[in-house]
Amino acid sequence: MKVRDIVQLLKGRIVAGSDMQDREVQYGFASDLMSDVLTLDTDHLLLITGLANLQVIRTAEMADIMCVAFVRDKKVSPEMIELATENHIVLLETPYSMFRAVSVLHDNGLEPVY
Amino acid sequence: MGAMEFRYEVEGGNFSKAGHASSAVKKILKQLNVDARIIKRVVVALYEGEVNVVAHAHKGHILVNINEDEIGISIIDQGPGIPDIDLAMQEGFSTASAAVREMGFGAGMGLPNMKKNTDNFEIESQVGVGTTVRMTTRLS
Repeated sequence: MKVRDIVQLLKGRIVAGSDMQDREVQYGFASDLMSDVLTLDTDHLLLITGLANLQVIRTAEMADIMCVAFVRDKKVSPEMIELATENHIVLLETPYSMFRAVSVLHDNGLEPVY
Repeated sequence: MGAMEFRYEVEGGNFSKAGHASSAVKKILKQLNVDARIIKRVVVALYEGEVNVVAHAHKGHILVNINEDEIGISIIDQGPGIPDIDLAMQEGFSTASAAVREMGFGAGMGLPNMKKNTDNFEIESQVGVGTTVRMTTRLS
C-alpha cells in the first residue's frame, strides 16, 4: 500500500515528507524498542511506535526505514522533523492506539515482518 | 581510491548527538557507491556502538578507515569498562539506566547486533578505564 493509504487508514496527519506519499510500503513493525528495530533486515517498512524522540529518527535513518507512524498523537518535535526531512523519511501522527493502528493496517494488507 | 580516515568525538550522556558519526559515515559510503545493504550493516553496527558510548561512557572517539576492500571502525571510550565481556555479549543482558531504556535502548541487544552486522568483531575492556571495540566489514 502507499503512504497516502496509510495516512487515510490511520486518520493520520503527515508532519514530514508530505511529497513522498506515493511510496510503496509492504511491511509493518510496531515497537518502542529501537534496539529491536535495528535487528530488522526488511525494506519498504513502516515503523509504528509510541516513542517520540530523536533516536527514533536516527534509528529509521540507519535502518533505511522510509516511514514512521507515531500513535496516540505523540508529538513530533521540530528537531525530529528536520532530521527526517534531511533523510527523506515520512513522519505521521495518528490518534489511534498502537493496537488499533496495527489491526487496521493488517486488515488492509500490510504484512508483518515475522 | 586511496585509503580514507575519519575521526569523530562522542560525548557521554548526550543523547541528542548520538548518531552523528553513523550519519556522517553513511553519507560517505553512499558517495562511494557502496551497496545499500552493506551500508546498512555498517551503520547499524556503528550506531549501536555510538549509543553504547553515549549510554555508558564519559566520552569516546570513533576512528574509521575505509579502503577499496573494507571499512574498519574502532570505537574507543573512557568509562566504567565491562567486567564480564562474555556476559555483556549475551542477548538480553544489560546494565543500562532507566533513562537509556526510555530512549528505546538498553535491552541487551546492542553488542550481539554489532557482531551480527560485521565480518570481524573484537572487544576489549578494562574496568574503570574504558572499552574498545574494533570491527571490520567487507565492502563488496
